[in-house]
Amino acid sequence: MTDATLRIGFAGPHVSFQDAGRRGHKRFGVPASGPMDRLSHAAANAALGNAVGTTCLEISMGGLMVECSAGALSIAVAGGKFALDHAGAKFSGWRVLTLQPGDRLTIRPGAWGSWAYLAVAGDIVAPRWLGHTATHSISGFGGGAITTGQQIRVTNAERREDREGDIAQPGFVPPRGQARVVMGPQDQHFQPQAVQDFQTSRFQLSDAYDRMGVRLNGPRLGLKDVLSIPSEPILRGSLQVAGDGVATALLADHQTSGGYPKIATVIAPDLDQMTQLRARDDIRFEAITPDQAVTIARQYAQQRATYLHSIAIPRGSLLQRLMRENLVSGVISVDDTAQG
Amino acid sequence: MTKPWFKPVADHALLVEFATQISDAANRDVLALDQALAKADVPGVIEVVPAFVNLLIDFDPLVTDHTMLEATVGKLLKTATQTTHDPVRHAVQICYDADLAPDLAAVAKACELSPETVINAHLAGDYRVCMYGFAPGYAYMAGVPDPIQVPRKAAAVRDVSAGSVIIAGPQCLITTLTMPTGWSVIGRSPSRVLLNRPDRTFLFDVGDHVAFERIDRATYDRLSKGSPHD
Repeated sequence: MTDATLRIGFAGPHVSFQDAGRRGHKRFGVPASGPMDRLSHAAANAALGNAVGTTCLEISMGGLMVECSAGALSIAVAGGKFALDHAGAKFSGWRVLTLQPGDRLTIRPGAWGSWAYLAVAGDIVAPRWLGHTATHSISGFGGGAITTGQQIRVTNAERREDREGDIAQPGFVPPRGQARVVMGPQDQHFQPQAVQDFQTSRFQLSDAYDRMGVRLNGPRLGLKDVLSIPSEPILRGSLQVAGDGVATALLADHQTSGGYPKIATVIAPDLDQMTQLRARDDIRFEAITPDQAVTIARQYAQQRATYLHSIAIPRGSLLQRLMRENLVSGVISVDDTAQG
Repeated sequence: MTKPWFKPVADHALLVEFATQISDAANRDVLALDQALAKADVPGVIEVVPAFVNLLIDFDPLVTDHTMLEATVGKLLKTATQTTHDPVRHAVQICYDADLAPDLAAVAKACELSPETVINAHLAGDYRVCMYGFAPGYAYMAGVPDPIQVPRKAAAVRDVSAGSVIIAGPQCLITTLTMPTGWSVIGRSPSRVLLNRPDRTFLFDVGDHVAFERIDRATYDRLSKGSPHD
């Protein structure tokens, strides 16, 4: 085990360190932060055999170019469909590969997705706040934003060649353009037409999209009265409607209180997919009961655990893989190495 | 204690509401339930977030659900009582010099008072931390005396310095980050709400009382040296 250094050749805006997030401090005005797409963050770590919640680099559509300036280490990229270029070899996201000294890796937005995660085989050295490296974007508390020219030190860096190759993508996630919600907690403050419009209309993500939230274009959701309610706790997933009738979906770095009515709240299992939408993508909301929401959350947790377990199993050395493929199918398949 | 009503939120939270309008009585009910929940250590409860008139319980849906929690809260409320012991009191220093208090003159004008009268009224207030919200360390305090209560501005002002003491209606808070605000800036404090000490991250707990203590510019400059506010 040794150290490695990653030099950031280029980082777009909104690229930051994120562990799984700091829960439990909302009573002090602190949202959990952590990855916008928690499942993909977990997948990047699992594919390397890392502990859940290990610090990753969260990459926005601004993209990232990283150079391994010292040491060698394996990395994993997961989330959306980003275009990877590793020393000239091109992949379509979801991949474990090993960076040799001097190797460059470029990650750019591809066919879809807003956020990708780069996990490393080792420990990223980043500042912690309240015990976590998760970056709270507005304050910069936690690991912080990653900027061009920065050097990132990785301790206990390892090459894990037995994990190289494509990462299977989750097959159980809901379609991106739909999100299930539980109505409320202030749906009673809306005009009946607004509730109906909310449940039957198509909304579109606007450009006003960052780690705090995203404003949604769509029908105006009329309030019964313009008076604001006493500031009350809000959550990741709250759909808050301002006096102008425009809804904002609150995301990882959400403010912890708000005085505007919330027409509905997106259930946690559907939020990861929703954050992978881009500005101008469509979304529809489907209302379900609180009991259905809990049932879905339980099913989702099981599917998620099974999936993460399956991708955490090392594939073995190249020789072992060739032998296994040969025994199983009777032909030698070198698919995932030939691409590399 | 008032009987609350419950609203399920998504798959993992329950909002417990005691009133629809801000009142001391409702906020005390919220704090009583908050303390009762902390003591009871209810399985599946991840965190409890108190606010002015309601409280949000964030839970793990693999362990509990909305209905089970409603029943637990109902039971807890039968024995929960509003605390009678003396609250923790904090003294927070404030400098009212004009360049640190860009809205003091406007507040004085709106209230038809002299700036000095506004300062004295602000110093006379007994402030109670009702909730944290918005951003890390933003402690919403109630207790701005009636004669100096002013509404929010029509539009927010950008880049208001951290440490600003700002007021709107009956509320007062000390900002911890440089951010936009639509509240009136009437002074600046060298005291830090965001302590970031290993033993204690935030100066106040919800329910604590705060009194402001006036300092002159020289004291402000000395105390704010090395403060992350600058």
